[in-house]
Amino acid sequence: MKNIKHIRQEECKPRVIVLSGYGLNCEEETKYAFELAGGMADIVHINDLIKNPKILSNYQILAFPGGFSYGDDTGSGKAFANKFINHLKKELAEFLSRDTLAIGICNGFQIMTNLGILPGGLAHNKNGMYLDRWVDLEIKNNSPWLKGIKKLSVPIAHGEGNFTIAPDEYKKMLKNKQIALVYVKGEICKFQALEKNPNGAMHDIAGVSTYNGRVLGLMPHPERAMFSHQNPMWQNNKKVPDEGAGLQIFINAINYFSAKGGSAFGGK
Amino acid sequence: MISRIYVVSNKKIDYINSYLISHEFNNSDVPKIAEALTNPILEKFSINIFPDIGRFSHIIEIGFKPGVTDNVGTTAKETINDLFHLNSNIGLQTFEFSVYTSIIFVIKNRTSLVEVKRIALALHNPLIERSFIASYDYIKKNRDLPLKVPLVILQKNIPVIKVELSKTNDTELEKIGKDGIMDADGTRRGPLALNLASMKAIQQHFIKLKREPTDIELESLAQTWSEHCKHTIFANPIDDIKDGLYKTYIKGATNVIRKKMGKKDFCVSVFSDNAGGIIFDDDYLIAHKVETHNSPSALDPFGGAITGIVGVNRDIIGFGMGAKPVANVYGFCFGNPQDKKKFFKDKTLNQEMLSPRRIMDGVIKGINVGGNCSGIPTLSGFVKFDDRYRAKPLVFAGTVGLIPRIVNNKQSHLKSAKAGDFIVVVGGRVGLDGIHGATFSSVAMDSNSPATAVQIGDPITQKKLSDAIIKEARDMNLYNSITDDGAGGISCSVAEMAKECGGAEVTLEKVPLKYPGLRPWEIWISESQERMTLSIPPAKWNTFQKLMVSRGVEAMVIGKFTNRPKCVVTFNGKEIMNIRMDFLHDGLPKHILETSPPVREHYEPILKKNKSYTKLLENLLKQKNISGFSFISQQYDHEVQASSVLKPLSGMGRINTDAQVFKPVLSSDKGVVLSSALYPSYGDISTYHMAAGAIDTVIRNTVCAGGTLKKLAILDNFCWCSSYDKTRLRELVDSLKACYEYSVGYGTPFISGKDSMFNDFRGFDEKGNPVAISVPPTLLISAISIMPDLHKSVSPEFKNIGDNIYLLGETHDELGGGEYYKMLGFVGNNVPKVNLNKNLKTYLVLEKAIQNELISSALSVSSGGLGIALAKASLGGMLGCQISIKNLPGSTSSTDAKLFSESQGRILVSVSPKNSPTFEKIMKEISYINLGKTTNNGKFIISNKTKIVEISVKKLHTLYHNFSKKMQ
Repeated sequence: MKNIKHIRQEECKPRVIVLSGYGLNCEEETKYAFELAGGMADIVHINDLIKNPKILSNYQILAFPGGFSYGDDTGSGKAFANKFINHLKKELAEFLSRDTLAIGICNGFQIMTNLGILPGGLAHNKNGMYLDRWVDLEIKNNSPWLKGIKKLSVPIAHGEGNFTIAPDEYKKMLKNKQIALVYVKGEICKFQALEKNPNGAMHDIAGVSTYNGRVLGLMPHPERAMFSHQNPMWQNNKKVPDEGAGLQIFINAINYFSAKGGSAFGGK
Repeated sequence: MISRIYVVSNKKIDYINSYLISHEFNNSDVPKIAEALTNPILEKFSINIFPDIGRFSHIIEIGFKPGVTDNVGTTAKETINDLFHLNSNIGLQTFEFSVYTSIIFVIKNRTSLVEVKRIALALHNPLIERSFIASYDYIKKNRDLPLKVPLVILQKNIPVIKVELSKTNDTELEKIGKDGIMDADGTRRGPLALNLASMKAIQQHFIKLKREPTDIELESLAQTWSEHCKHTIFANPIDDIKDGLYKTYIKGATNVIRKKMGKKDFCVSVFSDNAGGIIFDDDYLIAHKVETHNSPSALDPFGGAITGIVGVNRDIIGFGMGAKPVANVYGFCFGNPQDKKKFFKDKTLNQEMLSPRRIMDGVIKGINVGGNCSGIPTLSGFVKFDDRYRAKPLVFAGTVGLIPRIVNNKQSHLKSAKAGDFIVVVGGRVGLDGIHGATFSSVAMDSNSPATAVQIGDPITQKKLSDAIIKEARDMNLYNSITDDGAGGISCSVAEMAKECGGAEVTLEKVPLKYPGLRPWEIWISESQERMTLSIPPAKWNTFQKLMVSRGVEAMVIGKFTNRPKCVVTFNGKEIMNIRMDFLHDGLPKHILETSPPVREHYEPILKKNKSYTKLLENLLKQKNISGFSFISQQYDHEVQASSVLKPLSGMGRINTDAQVFKPVLSSDKGVVLSSALYPSYGDISTYHMAAGAIDTVIRNTVCAGGTLKKLAILDNFCWCSSYDKTRLRELVDSLKACYEYSVGYGTPFISGKDSMFNDFRGFDEKGNPVAISVPPTLLISAISIMPDLHKSVSPEFKNIGDNIYLLGETHDELGGGEYYKMLGFVGNNVPKVNLNKNLKTYLVLEKAIQNELISSALSVSSGGLGIALAKASLGGMLGCQISIKNLPGSTSSTDAKLFSESQGRILVSVSPKNSPTFEKIMKEISYINLGKTTNNGKFIISNKTKIVEISVKKLHTLYHNFSKKMQ
């Protein structure tokens, strides 16, 4: 990559744990995106984490990547979340109580809602079909993951992305500013004449966060938009920087720690 | 105790998930289990009480038949195990509790039982699934569905029998070969697919040994000698071709090309492994393999297709020391989905064949689940329709793999089992599924086709296995050799690997089973999915086993490799098989195949005058073989692994691309280009030109997208019919001659291939009249090319207003076998012929123009000719164009030919006015013409002498997507 400078020394880069195992499958590109953004990422199999839960305290960023954990059997993200909570409940609470960041992408988001750390649930797409396409997103809150981004176009690929929430829970979420990303009709939708909401998600919700914004879950895949050539419009205009719009989410996470300077691992 | 947990959605109640659990838990534990299986935001559960869902007419419960893979059941079981921290020792059999899942469909509106039964039949496949219908009153009265679990209970059988061959006459030998060994109860076990000559060779062999063969020995020989495994039609001498077709024309071509390339040879591993391997860059190899899974897909489309795709994934995982799957490809040949005619396998009309629509939907879904669940992008694919694919569809499934060239200081494509190594089986367990798959696909399908040949894939078990092997065990240097358990199961994989060191000894009772009671021969040849065989030095076994346990993967030592040239199998201490390796692998008698020329008389039709070319073009664009299939492309994840560059759907108008580009190494800008081509309809006129056309098209597609002839390899998949028919064999020889000539001519080596020679169906129509349906001889050519810089990839649609539109190449009167004639109900005679020298020049100058970044778009002209190419480029970019076809280079005598001839070697290119002079300079060496310009008025206009076509681009878009919209 031409425009990303790896300026940080290895030892002071923020450390990212990307989970793997049981059918998660986006761990490699998610790790790559974090490293392109200047972090140091490890892929850790959930069984290795269960065996040695203490290692979670070595990390500042936790990522549940996309995939098909347990083949979506018994409901997307459910079985993996069960396994996680059965063995790592305490460690997860401890991790989230620190000044850390966590992200769940696609299947990772589904896992996070099943873990109960993010509100709502992800039901089957409105037409019942798995769908791979690009979407346009508008940023709705101040999550550190989304700092400085207003609009973003990235792809989705899922069969269960229909965000569902009870009315009173939705009100609570509104009040706490937990709606992070919504589907809008932007340049991709206009380009390929696509509807804005690809799956029937309530209130067009594509991603939500905790009240403090540190935990983010989203159905779209920002790591699949880390290079400009991934964008369907790139063939029409190749004279753009190499990095894609999705990379900013990972850069934001890394900068969150770098900017703090004083934290144990994230100093400049 | 048996409990049933119902899980029902809070929102729409059109179905209910059911978990039937046979267990010994406390009553208070069952709600905990139910909670673990329910997402409280979306669902609620009830235990042993049918959920209150209001008034309905009937329910239809669809569950699996005993022994059929139940993936959701497996996950539920794992969840429960984990919930109560029951077993962390995977590998130990726990029969303490079982979970059986089913889906209960709710029929709300008042419906008659007859109609409900009809719906039930449409909802399930009786080969693998069972259905249970209950009325509202039944549920009201019983408040629960029956608590009966579908357990596999096998009859007690004599484990091993001797087959008396020495005194058996030829008629009986033939019968054993065709219908199988007879069991004690008089039933036959299913096809061995051994002909009389083979049976006699086996008989003689055992007479010499002075003993009778055991059933497992005979079954084992049948697997290893099957057409599916030995490719006898390609291996045997045919007419005066002494070395056989494969050695002469396929391997022969590759050898010549590699020699010519000398130092620039990019082939690394061809025809010797599970897939073909070429150089990607200094650090990596790329492997490619395309398989077919036709027969299983005809019986159970979903199961057939999913096992097809996860099966070919294993070919890649088993390439060299283990490659990582980085892309999936697919290809479907279906009957017309609107065809409602019924066919039966049996004369009594009890076994109905699935309809083309049912087959299509199931196959598409199978590739969807197999690819999406495995995290492998499904990039490249096609779908073709012809009535002759009605009974046996063709399902092509392929995978591309990536492997470092050096692994543990050794060349990664080399591997060898060593004497003394453990034989280790990793992955899924063995059941009755997939027995006689290899022998079954080697014969025509009829009422004796075995139902056990059907299997269901479990992509997650395979994903765990794949990750543990290629992301960990491989780089830890834990094994010496690896191969996939495909056709013939361990009987073939062990025998194959044993060649690397000498022989093998197997203790068959060690093989992990899905349920007790399988007979040794069944364990030996079962094709149960998601398994691989490895050769592991005893000193490394402990580390390997620990790694597998920690990844949730089952691994078991089932024997050891030896340096004695024998394959020996014991069962509970008793030797039940002892066959010499040379007889096992080379004992199959050779016979000389003969061919005779097919009688073919086709004429060019006389076409009507005074017609509307606008209407004709509109109609042609709507044809299923031409229009878009976004409904398939968009349900396959093609963005996973973050590697997509040129996607399956391109441009504003989302047209299907003929070639796709992806980036297998995230830190490298090198791209891989994939494409495929086939022209079964050309084969009605000439299989020679059918093969030539496919090769020319696949190369053209690849170069258009940015691929390079310097690094372009191809793969062959022959799907033939009635291959004992001498005229069919002559057609085969003709097509192979073209394969040789054109691959050598273009310098594009074959690196891998596969054949499926008996795509025939013999059955009955609705009136009980016998019918035979055979697929047309079909040759799929797939291409893979490495491009130095993916940023130079080119998509097919027009991009900018005012660009010049060029046609490269010559157009002739070659409508024969093409889509235009087909639409009008003709075959014709003037099939497109490939002019190798001219086309090669065209492709080389196009490559140059692309490398110099001179062109805006490039579309390979193929089915439907120039008219369709222009329409696709136009609607793909949602840009109008003003075209004149008055002076096309070549020799066309009619407007029909100018618009719709499928002459090979042509490319439709758009170039900005700024780049046009340089572009034209490069094109000087070849025939080309400037056809006109792209416009901003949204009108698609073609004139010959006068205006002959005018359509709005919006209408083109609607017509092109019409079929896909209907299929959604």
